[in-house]
Amino acid sequence: MANFYTDNPEIKFQLNHPLMKRIVELKERSFADKDEYDYAPQNFEDAIDSYDRVLELTGDISANIIAANAEDVDAEGPHCENGRVKYASKTYENLDTTIKAGLNGVTMPRRYGGLNFPCVPYTAINEMIATADAGFENIWSLQDCIETLYEFGDEDQRQRYVPRVCKGETMSMDLTEPDAGSDLQSVMLKATYSEEEGCWLLNGCKRFITNGDSDIHLVLARSEEGTKDGRGLSMFIYDKNQGGVNVRRIENKLGIHGSPTCELVYKNAKAELCGSRKLGLIKYVMALMNGARLGIAAQSVGISQAAYNEGLAYAKDRKQFGKTIINFPAVFDMLALMKAKLDAGRSLLYATARYVDIYKALEDIARERTLTSEERQEMKTFSKLADAFTPLSKGMNSEYCNQNAYDSIQIHGGSGFMLEYACQRLYRDARITSIYEGTTQLQVVAAIRYVTNGFYGQHIAELEQETVAPEFQTLKDRVIKMGERYNACVNKVVDLKDQDYQDLVARHLYEMAADIIMGHLILADASKDANLFGKSARVYVNFIAAEIEKHASFVENLRPEDVINYRQVDNSIEEA
Amino acid sequence: MSLKIVVLAKQVPDTRNVGPDAMTPEGTVNRAALPAVFNPEDLNALEQALRLKEQFPGSTISVVTMGLPKSAEVIREALYRGADEGYVITDRCLGGADTLATSYTLSQAIKKIGGFDIILGGRQAIDGDTAQVGPQIAEKLGLTQVTYAEEILELNPDTRKIIIKRHVDGGVETVEAPLPLVVTVNGSAAPCRPRNAKRVLKYKNATAPAERTPEQAEAMAELVAKKPYLNINQWGAADIDADPEQIGKTGSPTNVKAVKNIVFKAKESRTMTASDADIEGLIVELLDSNTIG
Repeated sequence: MANFYTDNPEIKFQLNHPLMKRIVELKERSFADKDEYDYAPQNFEDAIDSYDRVLELTGDISANIIAANAEDVDAEGPHCENGRVKYASKTYENLDTTIKAGLNGVTMPRRYGGLNFPCVPYTAINEMIATADAGFENIWSLQDCIETLYEFGDEDQRQRYVPRVCKGETMSMDLTEPDAGSDLQSVMLKATYSEEEGCWLLNGCKRFITNGDSDIHLVLARSEEGTKDGRGLSMFIYDKNQGGVNVRRIENKLGIHGSPTCELVYKNAKAELCGSRKLGLIKYVMALMNGARLGIAAQSVGISQAAYNEGLAYAKDRKQFGKTIINFPAVFDMLALMKAKLDAGRSLLYATARYVDIYKALEDIARERTLTSEERQEMKTFSKLADAFTPLSKGMNSEYCNQNAYDSIQIHGGSGFMLEYACQRLYRDARITSIYEGTTQLQVVAAIRYVTNGFYGQHIAELEQETVAPEFQTLKDRVIKMGERYNACVNKVVDLKDQDYQDLVARHLYEMAADIIMGHLILADASKDANLFGKSARVYVNFIAAEIEKHASFVENLRPEDVINYRQVDNSIEEA
Repeated sequence: MSLKIVVLAKQVPDTRNVGPDAMTPEGTVNRAALPAVFNPEDLNALEQALRLKEQFPGSTISVVTMGLPKSAEVIREALYRGADEGYVITDRCLGGADTLATSYTLSQAIKKIGGFDIILGGRQAIDGDTAQVGPQIAEKLGLTQVTYAEEILELNPDTRKIIIKRHVDGGVETVEAPLPLVVTVNGSAAPCRPRNAKRVLKYKNATAPAERTPEQAEAMAELVAKKPYLNINQWGAADIDADPEQIGKTGSPTNVKAVKNIVFKAKESRTMTASDADIEGLIVELLDSNTIG
């Protein structure tokens, strides 16, 4: 039987990373739960074995239940009935399966009923579910919102809400409004405190809310009357049992049909404040978004894997000119590149997950006791790495997943354009990944300061110091050369001190940094397991050599006075 | 009311995805070439048991399997899905059993467990496909049997009656029966739920004594003292007071004379019209040849 975990040893490979030791030690508090909970690990090896087993069962249900339902879910989709969402019928089956499998509250502490798994295995579960059905993955992975409630809610709120999510209740994050998409500072949903009711009341509407009829919502709303920017926004918890929020309509989308995207109307919806007033956007939503972005990176890798699987299977099966098409260089070139992007992107994804794990575990420990100065330093280091890597991981993986979905159809030829093959669903599902939770362009905005302040450059210099297996040294030298080219480009841009110019070349610098980092990561992976990653490492370095050339050429040749040629309208139109 | 439920499970070679080496040249199943799996219809039976347990809190599910020590794997699989305890019936003298000896052995084990309200098993195992063991156990225990069950529709704890939907040729049949009884479950029943993460982590180290190497035995003794649920019960022939004449090869009157590969082939095709006369002619012909009826 198919199993998305055991069929893809590239995922298990991630459990063997040296940093896992530190991650497990922190997450398990030196195995403090081992005698209190019968499912808690006794030691490091036991913890890794536990992750391995849960990933294996996830690989099983993903391949055999969720993937098998994907086509029906895509065709039926959810609908709106009396202000409530009715999922596609097979979505209920998927939910029942993941709940019975106990894949809820994966990262939450055991005292609330969670599995207390780190972000690394959570990410692996996430990508496998996305490989099966990216639309369902949305509904499932919104459990991630509980992280934010756990981090910023009080103990009473944790006790009331976290166990519910661990039992399988769903969540949503209600942020976007008709006039507040990428610019969340413009959120207008009104929160007023009612002395009479003894709680906050929410009024207004939200749009494009994924799984908007969830059981527990985190809502961004304007609590400070008369304010217009992000400082007037707070985060609220809305419990569906309270009533007051209805679904006005469900969007008709290009892809991820299984996931209901809702327009919500709030009429005196009773809500409670999460954390402190005015920190809704500037602190909590930022945390929420970072988690969500890593989730989309995992979803993207999952779709990439599915696109590769479909392309590979078709290429092995389809015969033309007397042989299977996988034997034609034009076809195996596409597949090799798909696999290389998949492997390099996955490596970046898990590197990010590991950084998130260490700083989040330390942050959590800091709620229990004062950290030592070494721990504080460690938390700072990893927090910064997570912050710098998240936009790279989200942006690049979502772009790669679109490219892979495109190539998957290309391999299918005319058949791929027909609706019978899964590759067309993947193509439609992939499209949103580079848009929601911050477009790729916004990932560049989030990342560019790490380009200009030299953080990526410094990190690349550190990666260059790591040794690789002798057979990959020549490739490593090539990537080191790319680093030099990157640094020269960054220096040129920084020295120019021209904001418009910098913004125009930002995407190029961002991709160069990401390509080079992924180049080093895949070489490190190949050095550990040449059978698994050797080919991808070679293909990927060849690929990014050309990419770096393209980007560098752009930056090297573009003059500040050229920026005007890119503007499609005169500056004065906007200003007028 | 809480129920005591016994589920019969068998570890079988996975005959659903057979390769060219699935049979030995002698015509027997090449067990080495086929992965050992939980007999599919036994999983359907387990699901029915789990649903009853949900409906009647406090109910317990005991899973019983007979086989080699490694068949304890099906017990673990059942524990991962929600069963409470398991029994591996394993003994050299039990080997080579046909359905008669198997049903005798299992019925002895069930008697020893005792106090049961309902015994559930798959309709048949995919290795032998006899569908005899469940009914024979019912006979040996003197219990009512309902075979080809698709769904347990209702269980009335006061009257101790159960209503079961059976999958029969051409439709379904709903029957009522008294507890205790034996129910064999058809593959068309609800599929079994997945393994549960927490339960997998809890029971992953559970073993039957016969599975442990001498080195493991020592470490396990210590562990089992602290966590008794990590021990899978293991019974031999003596533990279940089995009559040596009725078990294993000795207790098995069945002899397999030969196993043949039969390939179904369509020899010829005929074309007929949709006219009433043609259809009637075909029906008569098929009835005559006992193909339908």
